[in-house]
This record gives sequence, C-alpha cells and structure tokens, in this order.
Amino acid sequence: MTSMETPVLKIEGIKKRLSNEFSLDVPYLEFKEGNIYGLIGPNGAGKSTLLKILNLLEAPDEGEIFFNGSPVTPSNLVETRKNMGMVMENPYLFHTTVFKNVAAGLKFRSTDKGSWEATAKEALGLVGLDGFESRYAPDLSRGESQRVTIARVLAFKPKILFLDEPFSNIDRKHALILEELIKKINRESATTIVFTTHNLIQATLLSDQIVAMREGRISERGADTETHIY
Amino acid sequence: MNFILESLRTAISLILAFDKEVYQAVWTSLYVSVASTIIASAIGIPSGLLLSAREFPFKRLAIVLLNTLMALPTVVVGLVVYGIISRQGPLGELGLLFSPAAIVIGQSILALPIIANYTLSSIKGADSRILPTAMTLGASPTQGYLILLSEVRFGIMAAVIAGFGRVVAEVGVAMMLGGNIRGYTRTMTTAIALETSKGEFAFGMALGIILMTVALAVNLLLNDFQERRG
Repeated sequence: MTSMETPVLKIEGIKKRLSNEFSLDVPYLEFKEGNIYGLIGPNGAGKSTLLKILNLLEAPDEGEIFFNGSPVTPSNLVETRKNMGMVMENPYLFHTTVFKNVAAGLKFRSTDKGSWEATAKEALGLVGLDGFESRYAPDLSRGESQRVTIARVLAFKPKILFLDEPFSNIDRKHALILEELIKKINRESATTIVFTTHNLIQATLLSDQIVAMREGRISERGADTETHIY
Repeated sequence: MNFILESLRTAISLILAFDKEVYQAVWTSLYVSVASTIIASAIGIPSGLLLSAREFPFKRLAIVLLNTLMALPTVVVGLVVYGIISRQGPLGELGLLFSPAAIVIGQSILALPIIANYTLSSIKGADSRILPTAMTLGASPTQGYLILLSEVRFGIMAAVIAGFGRVVAEVGVAMMLGGNIRGYTRTMTTAIALETSKGEFAFGMALGIILMTVALAVNLLLNDFQERRG
C-alpha cells in the first residue's frame, strides 16, 4: 500500500525533554497516505509522547512537523489538527448522549448541522453500534465506550488516525473486533493509521510499517518482516 | 406562641391578597438579584475558567485574594460603592446612589468572588482528559473551554445559585446603596428589617415566607437540572 507521494505527515529533528533522565529524540519519521503504522516499544519508550507531538497536542522543544508537505506553525496548528483524529489510551466520553459525542467533531468543524444525524449513524454503524444514538454515553460498557470513541473520530473522516494503546484495556474478543475495524477503516477510506502497542505480534499482523522505540529513540523501522526486535 | 401563629396567619393572608407593598418588595428583590447574578456570572465564570486553566504571573495571589473576597462583608461593599457613587465620589455625577442600579453594582461585587471561586473549584475537580479530548476532536481553544464548562455544568449551576443566594438574602448593600425607598429600592430583606423594627411582624413574616419560597424554588430548579441527562 506504499506510495511515492508526499508523506501525509513528516517530522524532522524532533526533541522533547520530559525529565532529567528522559528525552524524546526523533531525527526523521514519515507517514504515507493509506498506510498502517504500528509504534511498538516497552513502557516509557516515548510512544505516547511521540503520538501527542504527531497529533499536535504537545509542542516539541526542537524540530519541525510537516502536514501534506507544509510546515505546521502556530497560526495553522488548529486547522491542521482538524485533519487528524486521536483515540487516547483512556478515552473520555462527554457526559451526554452518544449522538452528541459522535457529532462533537462535526460541531467543531462547523459542518452543516443537517448532516450530523446521518454522519453519526454511519459512523456508529461502522463500529457496530447501530441504534445507540440516544444512549447516555457514561452508561456504556467499556467495549461500547471504546467503539464510540472510534466512531466519534471516524465521523469527521480524518486523514490520519492515531490510536494510543487501543488494545490495552479490552479482552481478546474485543481486540479481534478492533483489529478488523482498523483494517476496514484503512481499506475503505484510505485513512493513514498510527497505533501504539506493546504487542509485537499484533503490530506485525496489522501494520504496513513498524516503528520500534526504546528510551525515547527509534531503535528500528521497516516493514513487518524486516523488524525483529525492539 | 399565639403571637407567632397570629402573625403567620396575617402573613399568609397578605400573600394571598396580593398585597401591593409586599409584592413590590418581592419584585424589586428579584430583579436586582437576577440582574446582579447575571453580571457577576458573566464576569465570574470566565474569571474562574481563566484562573484554573491558564498560567500567569501572580496567579496564586489572585486565588488567595479571591478566597478572601468570598467572606467580604456586605457593609464593606456598601461603604466602598457608596464612596464611589455618592455625590462627592468619582462617579457621583451619574446619580446612581439610592437607585436599583446602585444595588445591582454592589450585589454584583458580592456575588462575583463566589461565582468565580465555585467555577474554579468545579474546573479543578473536573476530569483532566476533557480538554485534550476536545482538542483531539479538532476543537479550537475557545471551543475546548466551552466543552469544559459544559462538562462541569452542574458545578457552574451551583456557582450561579450560590451567587444568587448570597445577593437575594443580603441586606447591607441594599440598605446602604438603595436607601430602602418604598416602591423603588425597597427589597424583601430591607423591608423585613424595617417593618419588624416598626412592630409589623406579620408583614416581615410574609416577606420571609416568600424569600424562603424563592430559595426553595431555585434549589428545586437546580435539582431538576442535575437530574437531567443528555
């Protein structure tokens, strides 16, 4: 699925000091359109911090980020972030209905209010939660909540989707459902997907490219067959 | 005991007979209290948000000052505002003294620290994932803060109710700045103080009953709002 086009997202010379003992240091990394990237590494390797920098939630101390070839600057940061979606490790659902949760991203983008209902229905259908629109979000089970958080991001059709440890809080059955969902999203909308995991096998099965991290640095990178350890 | 029961009966008959003087005081009380609560909320809620969500020099000092102002004696507010709007004061030319507007100014100052402080506490106690979640969905900083306020809406509602409770029940500001002018600036509390000192205990009791009814209605409203979902 690789292409020769401009990477949808690219970072250069990224440095971020998090403590006296730990700093993130990524000289170069690019993500191409339509690919799935698995970011693997042990706890404290810097995966989540890197994901937040890629999602423009945290500013690096040094370095540049390019989206579709253009540098991200303070003036275009909010608009650039609208092309991205992220599901955090412990996602938060707003204390309102599932519909209002799923429509939140559409509201932030000032899209036509008349289209929200159909879009939310479609996104919920994609994650297997048809008919959940009027349910009160905090009442949902953990598995349902996670799928709503994914539907909430899918609703605004991001060009790049970040998933921070999506498999960490769910059982094997839901993990399989989620794996299928990730493949389906990627296949149907050519969305670039970047997810973090501890699980090398899972990363190998799902990813076009694996980026292995250790102590804030990229220790290895390549197609699944080329990456052996981290 | 007979005296109290007799007064209570007279008080109820005054209420049921829609006694003009009683309802004039009720109306004045309600509109100056609502106006000052609206003004204090318009300033206090953003101030509380700013104090909790943003970093700036002397922030701790500002919070300590805000806590201190929570216990601001009504007569001190009355005294200071009196000095400013009296004929010799810097705003004397506006002719505000002994008008409903003067009461509104004083009561807004009274309610402001309460509303700001309750807002600050609500936001400090809120889930730390709310703002990052909104940002991952493409919210601008302003949209993010609005979502944050929406998520702590019960706390904000309690802040507004506490502010209203403070001003509708106070007597110092209304007396000093309003002058207790019959049919113009006479509020429920100033009327109770005056009529009781004149021996018109039943009249004072009628207003006391209405004041308690208003407090009950406001709390029922808050309770109903908190029960609602979605």
